[in-house]
Amino acid sequence: MNIIVCLKQVPDTESKIRVKADTSGIETTDIKWIMNPYDEFAVEEALKLRDKMADGSLVTAVTLGPKARAVEALRTALAMGADNAVVIDHTDFVDSNAVAKALSEVLKKETFGIVFTGKQAIDDDCAQVTQLLAQYLNIPHATVVVKFELNADKASAKIEREIEGGSKEIMELKLPAVFGAEKGLNTPRYASLPGIMKAKKKEIKEYTFSSLGVAATEIKVSYKNFQPPPPRAAGKIIEGDGPTQAATLVKLLHEEAKVV
Amino acid sequence: MADIFVFVEHKDGKLKKSAIELLSAAKKSGMTVHALALGSGSEGLAEAVGSFGATELLICNADSLKYYNPEAYSAVISQAIKDKKPGIVLAAATSTGKDLFPRVGGATGAGVASDCTSLNLRSGNVSARRPMYAGKVSAEVGFSNCETKIVLVRPNALEAGTPEAGKTATVVNLPPPPTDLRTIIKEVVKGTANKLDLTEANIIISGGRGLKGPENFKLLDELAAVLGGAVGASRAVVDAGWVPHDMQVGQTGKTVSPSLYIACGISGAIQHLAGMSSSKVIVAINKDKEAPIFQKATYGIVGDLFEIVPLLTAEFKKILE
Repeated sequence: MNIIVCLKQVPDTESKIRVKADTSGIETTDIKWIMNPYDEFAVEEALKLRDKMADGSLVTAVTLGPKARAVEALRTALAMGADNAVVIDHTDFVDSNAVAKALSEVLKKETFGIVFTGKQAIDDDCAQVTQLLAQYLNIPHATVVVKFELNADKASAKIEREIEGGSKEIMELKLPAVFGAEKGLNTPRYASLPGIMKAKKKEIKEYTFSSLGVAATEIKVSYKNFQPPPPRAAGKIIEGDGPTQAATLVKLLHEEAKVV
Repeated sequence: MADIFVFVEHKDGKLKKSAIELLSAAKKSGMTVHALALGSGSEGLAEAVGSFGATELLICNADSLKYYNPEAYSAVISQAIKDKKPGIVLAAATSTGKDLFPRVGGATGAGVASDCTSLNLRSGNVSARRPMYAGKVSAEVGFSNCETKIVLVRPNALEAGTPEAGKTATVVNLPPPPTDLRTIIKEVVKGTANKLDLTEANIIISGGRGLKGPENFKLLDELAAVLGGAVGASRAVVDAGWVPHDMQVGQTGKTVSPSLYIACGISGAIQHLAGMSSSKVIVAINKDKEAPIFQKATYGIVGDLFEIVPLLTAEFKKILE
């Protein structure tokens, strides 16, 4: 049963994000690009499952982005152990809907039983592609997955997903299905040196929006007027010994800020 | 397209605060407000949603809707949207809302804006902003190529209005979901009793490495209990295994904007600051006066959290009792 992993290249979490002078987006020069952290959990789960099944199943990593840099995220997945890679080469802005549409068109050409994604990409933070992709493939989905178990019949999987207040939902999904990985699902492996060498030589399959028949009208949500967070007024450092500091803070929160 | 749907979440027969916030925003739009509630107890919400301005309460009775099931919920709501063609649908950016509405968007052709922190619906136009890059920037949302605009709004981002007594909504039953579902909910495991979720909490006390060990989180629990808040944590202590991941605030954890955020022994890495810097009031307690968290703090105490936190708990007890 082949496994697909959908992943995205995003700015490193350490990156300072600067708004373009015309506020139409963010500056992408000087950004260090990494594989979206949640997608690392997706890759790891796919590799673990493939190795456990040991029945000739293959893992294919799929990404969408400007080919020149986006393939680096695919090379990372290949170096970790993925078997195949596919890039949808696209440079202009796309929203979650258009991404999911394009991914679904690629997946319709593949045979697979399970799709793993990250629960969200840490750039636009939309957390939509997992569900949209499942909808467009007309298969079930689960997001924020912290535990995944393939049932013995290999026709369904049991998962745990995290919900509010430390509660968990335990669900069973008939396969094929799409699963959005949350931190805690596993510990992603590092790429091995031989893996990195091998990954460099792997052929990467390419598509574009036009070769997949995805129209620009699939974009339904766009963004403008980007702004950095409003600056915070200079804070007050509370002086004195411990008891004085504590009493002053409580008084300020109660009487000045009125939040308690 | 003068209709607006509000997906209202509820618990134990009562509207969640986020549902009241959404209904209040919808009422101000001047559109006809239809509240949509699924799950057990939803039929009893007619008066509650009516008091906040809904004229109709759309519900659906089916066993598969008792607990949240993405497929079943999406089927019922998508059908209702196709039938009634609302111009706008509002839902809270909660576990359920975030999981459900992208699927509904795909099924109906609606555009979906995730996790908005401001919303204005004057004369039926959507004007919304949302943070991106975990709050390092924010942007204005625009919709195109869709008849229905779905807006997910973060809890606590909008103001809750006051109820108008004596108003009630007309209950309308929606067609049930298909029975051949491929998703089965086996069990919902409740977390610690009455534990407040970080994203919904109005007050958050967070701890970092400065706490020195998992056992010392009880200091924060005590303060949180007095303030009715929730306890969060930095990535460092989550990765160290001191506390579970659902307590992590920051770029690979939860993005929060409570009225009060008290950071104890957290230095303030860029990923952490991204996740909490939209909090209304930030208090930092740290030994290191150079810690970056002080640059975001409304009030800072350079001191030993092991001394300060118990003192705060005692002081707050005095004024709140």
